[in-house]
Amino acid sequence: MKTPILKLYGTVVLLFGVLMGFTSYWSVFAADGLRDQTANRRDELQEQRIKRGTIKTADGTVIARSRKRDDETYRRQYPQGELFGHPIGYAFASIGSSGLEAFYDDRLVGRRTELVTTFESLIGREQEGQDLEITLDGEAQQIATDALKATESAKGAAVAMDLETGAVRVMASVPGFDPNDLDKPGVFGKLSSDDDDTPIFNRAAQGLFPPGSTFKTVTATAALDTGEYTPDTTVSGANGKPISGVPLQNAGGADFGPITLTEALTGSVNTVWAEVGEDLGGETMNEYMERFGFNAAPPIDLPASQLPRSGIRDGKGKLIEASAASVDVGRTAIGQAALLVSPLQMATVAQTIGNGGVRMEPYLLEAAVDTDGRTAFKAEPERAERVMSEETAAALGEMMRNVVREGTGTAAALEGVEVAGKTGTAEVDVAGGINDAWFIGFTDRTAVAVMVERVASQGGIAAAPIAKSILERLDG
Amino acid sequence: MSPRNRELLALVPASMLVTAGFAAIFIGRADVVSDLSFTYGLIFLGICVATHIVIRFTLPDADPYLFPLVALLACFGLVVIFRLDEDKAISQAGWFVAGLVLFSATIIALRKDFRVLEQYRYLIAFGSLLLLVMPRMPLIGVETNEAYLGVAIGPLAFQPAEFAKLGIVVFLAAYLREHRDVLILDSRRFLGITFPPLKHFGPLLLIWVTALFLLFFIRDIGSSLMFFGAFLAILYVATNRVGFVVVGMAAFAAGAFVVAQGVPHIQNRVDVWLDPFNPAWVEDKGFQVAQGMFAQADGGLFGTGFGGSIILTPLPDTDLIYAVIVNELGLMGACGLILVYLLLVARGLKTAMIARDSFSTLLAAGLSAVLALQVFVIIGGVTRVIPLTGVTLPFVSYGGSSVLANFVLLALLLLVSDRARREAVTTR
Repeated sequence: MKTPILKLYGTVVLLFGVLMGFTSYWSVFAADGLRDQTANRRDELQEQRIKRGTIKTADGTVIARSRKRDDETYRRQYPQGELFGHPIGYAFASIGSSGLEAFYDDRLVGRRTELVTTFESLIGREQEGQDLEITLDGEAQQIATDALKATESAKGAAVAMDLETGAVRVMASVPGFDPNDLDKPGVFGKLSSDDDDTPIFNRAAQGLFPPGSTFKTVTATAALDTGEYTPDTTVSGANGKPISGVPLQNAGGADFGPITLTEALTGSVNTVWAEVGEDLGGETMNEYMERFGFNAAPPIDLPASQLPRSGIRDGKGKLIEASAASVDVGRTAIGQAALLVSPLQMATVAQTIGNGGVRMEPYLLEAAVDTDGRTAFKAEPERAERVMSEETAAALGEMMRNVVREGTGTAAALEGVEVAGKTGTAEVDVAGGINDAWFIGFTDRTAVAVMVERVASQGGIAAAPIAKSILERLDG
Repeated sequence: MSPRNRELLALVPASMLVTAGFAAIFIGRADVVSDLSFTYGLIFLGICVATHIVIRFTLPDADPYLFPLVALLACFGLVVIFRLDEDKAISQAGWFVAGLVLFSATIIALRKDFRVLEQYRYLIAFGSLLLLVMPRMPLIGVETNEAYLGVAIGPLAFQPAEFAKLGIVVFLAAYLREHRDVLILDSRRFLGITFPPLKHFGPLLLIWVTALFLLFFIRDIGSSLMFFGAFLAILYVATNRVGFVVVGMAAFAAGAFVVAQGVPHIQNRVDVWLDPFNPAWVEDKGFQVAQGMFAQADGGLFGTGFGGSIILTPLPDTDLIYAVIVNELGLMGACGLILVYLLLVARGLKTAMIARDSFSTLLAAGLSAVLALQVFVIIGGVTRVIPLTGVTLPFVSYGGSSVLANFVLLALLLLVSDRARREAVTTR
């Protein structure tokens, strides 16, 4: 009976081989497909078992932390409620993540290579995330949020950043949302609804609005930096000058005689800047826009999906260059026509001019500290590019200081600190007199952009005072 | 070195594994560093040494590797169960002690000559069948997942199929020992076709009917497959006729197909086997299989580490323990486990080969085959080679009946081995 026993053993070997084959198939070869199955909620639950790192401001205020629940899973808590809702975002297993929480997910959960994980699990270390220190200034954030809420429409955004580094000090968007409630049934859907002004939407980075006259700073940069103009060049400020064949009106139909560019910026004379824009041409305008970062996603540490590009949009919403035939270059040069920008982009414009012409990459993460207290990351300011010469920046800066000294932006003036700026009033509903009110500007330390959405007011009245209070906190 | 000293030495890896395993779980849970893991290791080692001493005194010539391999599996299972549920691990350790008592009792009762079992073959067969139908009896039967596998008499609950498999193997070994000559010789005369003679066709047919009846009655494909497979294995070893096996398998498949039409539960199991992720049932009847697959997918090559995974699968400590093992120890750990089973089956079949009498050979081969089949049925179910059914992973899964029955199986194998090896030595 030896032969059949040997054959029986052969059969067993074969059967067990089949078992090993199937096990390898499921655990290795087909594993990715199984992980993608919708019924597979293991990742989601696995994520909840990891203690995400804490997110704090520089002064130690806790913005986000993970708390252990009875069932050994962690839940994210946001002690500051809605104050940092937009830039920090949220992280819940059921609805996903956004903002900084999404961008730095790897750091926050302490994701490592498989080899390291194996080693760490051998020595029994639980996976824990890094703690993040962010650049935002809690108090300034609060001031900006409160001021935006107090506006007529209670809608708008503000961005402030360090002039020399690009470190973002304020990123406020109103209406806001409290991330703590987000994963409750129905809440996310309601916050995403247009009827409620989509509070989930980060107007500061995600929102695109017509910039109005704040864009004249870009036109002025091109005018001065190309050497075609100086601050003292005289241009006619007559009302009703034809731009792209259609007469253009100054604010209030005001008719100016021959005035200098400095005066034209101080008084925000449309016809002057539109003519300058037409004179420079689409190619040059596009060149300077791109140097400032238009037509590209802002290089900030937020998820790319939440960063639309600022620039000229055609009828279908597609981005087109200023040199395209369909573009009204003159009206684009004064922030009208089809130009749509984010407050973050306009803050970068102000930062660049204030920083001697060097554009910096804005950032939100100051430092990351691992569980052993070691600094895993320390922000190093990244220079994006030189947009204009130092001389141009200095000349334009002086022109913008004049705007605050005696022009449309006097409401932004601070005692003891000189503020440079430019107002903007973008007509979004001409019949109803509804505008998006803007102010962008800088001191010698901080750049700021404020946009108040849909108010029956003007940039110098609605937005400039908010910019002033933010700068007061940050530079005072 | 004497077989028993070799056995003692071979226990070292098992005790090291259990200590390392417990230590890994303790550290992995980031609890306070505890010496409890070493205590567990020592207790387990104590059980192993006690068993070893029993074997040393009663079966000095028995195969030295059978018990260490079982100990390896048992401690492996204990660590996995501990990781899932501390209390269950302690109760499982209790079952190991009870298993050891039953193991010793079996050896002592049958030490003189285990072949007395042959005399009681019909009684054993009847008893086994009775055990199998008990779960369908009123008052004591227990339904789990629409199959009838459990029995509860007052506080005493057990899985009769675990014990019945031993009785059936004993019966089949005895029956085929008696009839193998006729089966071989007569069938040859039957026009050269590998059909058994008519006279003996009846009993074989009866076994086939019984297997299908079980399938219908207790509604479990796994047990049915296990019993009929063991029967075919013993029949094959007894007669060396592949034809019998082929005809047998065909008959079983045909019968099973017909029976399955009438039992919706079996139909469900097949549906889930073919398409576990069907949205219509992935959260319902397919949940167990689907979650088992997801757990395996997360295991990868090396696993997530002991205590590292999340347990979503129902029955993680019994039917789906293999999914947990793949998840936490990866493909490598799972293959290691299968290899240990393969070695165990190899030692069992080696015993069958060196045995001097037919009954011993058939018994050892049958026990090894039923063990291998049980492993195949449950791992095959979890890995979707076949539909998933509720049998335990021998020596690894949690469960008193499983532990007790498998310790008796080990005792029987050691009894056969001891006698066979002694005879081999004395006649040399």
